[in-house]
Amino acid sequence: MILDSKIPDGPLAEKWTKHKFNLKLVNPANKRKYNIIVVGTGLAGASAAASLAELGYNVQAFCFQDSPRRAHSIAAQGGINAAKNYPNDGDSVYRLFYDTVKGGDYRAREGNVHRLAEVSVNIIDQCVAQGVPFAREYGGLLDNRSFGGSQVSRTFYARGQTGQQLLLGAYSALSRQIHAGKVKMHTREEMLDLVMIDGQAKGIVTRNLETGAIDTHAAHAVLLCTGGYGNVFFLSTNAQGSNVTAAWRAHKHGALFANPCFTQIHPTCIPVSGDHQSKLTLMSESLRNDGRVWVPKAKGDKRKASEIPEDERDYFLERKYPSFGNLVPRDVASRNAKEQCDLGKGVGTSGLAVYLDFAESISRLGEDTVRARYGNLFDMYAQITGENPYKEPMRIYPAVHYTMGGLWVDYNLMTTIPGLYALGEANFSDHGANRLGASALMQGLADGYFVVPYTVGDYLATIGPKAIDAKHPAFAEAKAKVEAQTKKLLAIKGTKTVAEYHRELGHIMWEYCGMARNDAGLRKAQVLIQELRADFWKNVNVTGTNEELNQQLERAGRVADFLELGELMVVDALNRSESCGGHFREESQTEEGEALRNDNDFCYVAAWEYTGDNQPEVLHKEVLKFESVKLTQRSYK
Amino acid sequence: MSGHMNLTLKVWRQKDAKAAGKLETYEAKDVSPDMSFLEMIDVVNESLIKKGVEPIAFDHDCREGICGACSMYINGHAHGPKQGITTCQLHMRSFKDGETITIEPWRAKAFPIIKDLVVDRSAFDRIIQAGGYVSVNTGVTIDANAIAIPKEHADNAMDAATCIGCGACVAACKNASATLFLSAKVSQLALLPQGHPERAARVEAMIDQMELEGFGNCTNTEACSAECPKEIGQEHIARMNREFYAAKLSSSKTK
Ligand SMILES: Cc1cc2nc3c(=O)[nH]c(=O)nc-3n(C[C@H](O)[C@H](O)[C@H](O)COP(=O)(O)OP(=O)(O)OC[C@H]3O[C@@H](n4cnc5c(N)ncnc54)[C@H](O)[C@@H]3O)c2cc1C
Ligand code: SF4
Ligand code: FES
Repeated sequence: MILDSKIPDGPLAEKWTKHKFNLKLVNPANKRKYNIIVVGTGLAGASAAASLAELGYNVQAFCFQDSPRRAHSIAAQGGINAAKNYPNDGDSVYRLFYDTVKGGDYRAREGNVHRLAEVSVNIIDQCVAQGVPFAREYGGLLDNRSFGGSQVSRTFYARGQTGQQLLLGAYSALSRQIHAGKVKMHTREEMLDLVMIDGQAKGIVTRNLETGAIDTHAAHAVLLCTGGYGNVFFLSTNAQGSNVTAAWRAHKHGALFANPCFTQIHPTCIPVSGDHQSKLTLMSESLRNDGRVWVPKAKGDKRKASEIPEDERDYFLERKYPSFGNLVPRDVASRNAKEQCDLGKGVGTSGLAVYLDFAESISRLGEDTVRARYGNLFDMYAQITGENPYKEPMRIYPAVHYTMGGLWVDYNLMTTIPGLYALGEANFSDHGANRLGASALMQGLADGYFVVPYTVGDYLATIGPKAIDAKHPAFAEAKAKVEAQTKKLLAIKGTKTVAEYHRELGHIMWEYCGMARNDAGLRKAQVLIQELRADFWKNVNVTGTNEELNQQLERAGRVADFLELGELMVVDALNRSESCGGHFREESQTEEGEALRNDNDFCYVAAWEYTGDNQPEVLHKEVLKFESVKLTQRSYK
Repeated sequence: MSGHMNLTLKVWRQKDAKAAGKLETYEAKDVSPDMSFLEMIDVVNESLIKKGVEPIAFDHDCREGICGACSMYINGHAHGPKQGITTCQLHMRSFKDGETITIEPWRAKAFPIIKDLVVDRSAFDRIIQAGGYVSVNTGVTIDANAIAIPKEHADNAMDAATCIGCGACVAACKNASATLFLSAKVSQLALLPQGHPERAARVEAMIDQMELEGFGNCTNTEACSAECPKEIGQEHIARMNREFYAAKLSSSKTK
């Protein structure tokens, strides 16, 4: 298989314009003859569904929550990047492009990233027109803040609830199209398989989570906007329901899965408090603008933070990275926190935490200003820990947050299955080996509002508007397969709960495929996961029946897929013996302990092909070509 | 471990929409004060599964107070005894060893029970679909900074826009009115110039839809704001009422 990224040639800044011109168009009168399925109503899905419906296509949208407004995107806190250059501090489309490629440690496609930077400015215009109440300055114009991995202020925000406001904007556009009858919304309905006819995606199989009814839906194209798979680690900042099922089941039909091991560990999360922990809460990275990260200089110093004098504190990020200081990219910040804790300097009862201290900002800016900027984050921290962060420094520790890997897509966001697209966090496209803060919201909305509405038309115009035959045996076969798997899960009636398997998998992943990875550990993890998976299918206890709301059954299906994905992540991490971005192979580091890339051998996207149950996956390489940016060892010193 | 508690739970169990439901009693042992309320239920559910009892169904997703999914009526309060938080943000340190905790679903005609603590809140979506948006298509070309908006208006709009659509206001209201929820959206869009062209039609359509869904009328008891996890205030209801009367005055619609 040859992976054709379909990046148009020509100068970087003209590629997208030229490409748009060359894409085939669907005649306006014909659009209503096409049906499009959009799975997921997060930023990517809601924006795509609304935009496609506005163009005149018939859209069916799906989500597993009770309302499209509850998609995981709602939880994003810090902000969204755009190259508006309103603060006049030297930002530009090119600089956003450059920062993103560099931040991703040169493992993303130049063409895609430049397009992302180009459309970023349109996103802000769109959101403001929808009534998104971004933060403003006294003059009435939009306010910006800075974020990790960049030296300009290009992040737009709505208090600490940017994702909520952007999602509610997209949700309102979606609601308008539902009202207009152009989108049929299916809530509490989970996609469990893809329907393929002659090698093309033509529909999906879903389970109604209220009644258990298993149905099929036909369409000319299917868009997966189903989010990331960070929950493979059990503990992550993701919402409880976030999962890989839709993408994974598409993968089993031939959609290649790219860079599965590229996981982002976010540096500023509230540390684990006990075995009952079900999720980890992120404290937005924007806090690093005004918070200073430190540990005691002495190992095992158990004094209270306030009792540790200034000269006995190590502000290790400021010390090691004087030009970026506390604003180094996430992977660098996370690894350094782990390093300090490994050295025995961690704080709190577990010793697995570092301080994030606002004392200096509060004395410089006043408590009111700090409250205005971060009030809800401080409240959240106080609520969870029972401590007052205005008085004592926060304790933070890294946690799994985002997955850069995902379904491989070309420049049109089409997977290796014709007619199947992947948008938002579900694809692998723009962030390389590390995503910069405030760039996921940008990418989700770029894909949904401004990329797919053009590119999907090209495919639709090619296949023509002939109705999909819903009686084609492929639909009945796909449905029977889903029914059989459901029956199988319910019939095992073993002794271990679904949550127990999930937690065990999470331990393996975090231990061996987390912040630092090595050959021996990864090999061990692969065996452990295989054993755990085999045991799951023999001994899991899924209570209840199919014909009812059954949260155990829902989760069992998701964990079953995580148990397969987990192994692929480990295999991918083993293959990539270099370090890059969020992927740190202990064997590949500089003398100073920084990630050491190997561009000669690994300047490629690793795209994996499924070949059968319990069979090794086959690696395909998309070699990355850099025409505009010179590859350098990332330095934030 | 020190500080750990033993609690008695009385939980509403109802097999499906049609079945009769009742409160069942369960013991929650060795509960850490650092657990969230939902984590406490997780632990109870694991023990129920081990005993062959079906676990308690409840809605949840983000577990950080923003998605609006969680919805438990705890000891007579929507989202429990503390103010300004959702059920998932409630921590067990708010309870005392030996306490009995009663957990019920939201109760409202417009929110039928699906199972146990899970209710159907799709009526909220339909209220928004009736008009809770600005009618702009993708591809706007006006620069985001073309219209300056006084910071105060933007901040007030943001206060309203923080509504998470959880339904606690309805559950807390003796009339099961959705007025606070509705007013939050009307108020947000009334405060922003982008919302102005459609303001009259919007408020009327949304109120019509609310009535159609079977929510009750607002009699100004203010229980909604008191229980709202985002502390959406009564001023938004006042603003909605102004919008409504202005719309009525200017409306050519005769009913
Ligand atoms: C706590 C937190 C804070 C963050 N803060 C920021 C930030 O400040 N800035 C930033 O840029 N990024 C941030 N991110 C990342 C960003 O929020 C996500 O990457 C992004 O929102 C993902 O959007 P999405 O549309 O791809 O998917 P999601 O929002 O995850 O939506 C997935 C959708 O798919 C549906 N779905 C999934 N599987 C199925 C299935 N099988 N069947 C039917 N439906 C399905 C779900 O119901 C949901 O509607 C943050 C992430 C977290 C966890
Ligand atoms: S107004 Fe408050 S209580 Fe009502 S839905 Fe919104 S957030 Fe929930
Ligand atoms: S689970 Fe999302 S608000 Fe409680």
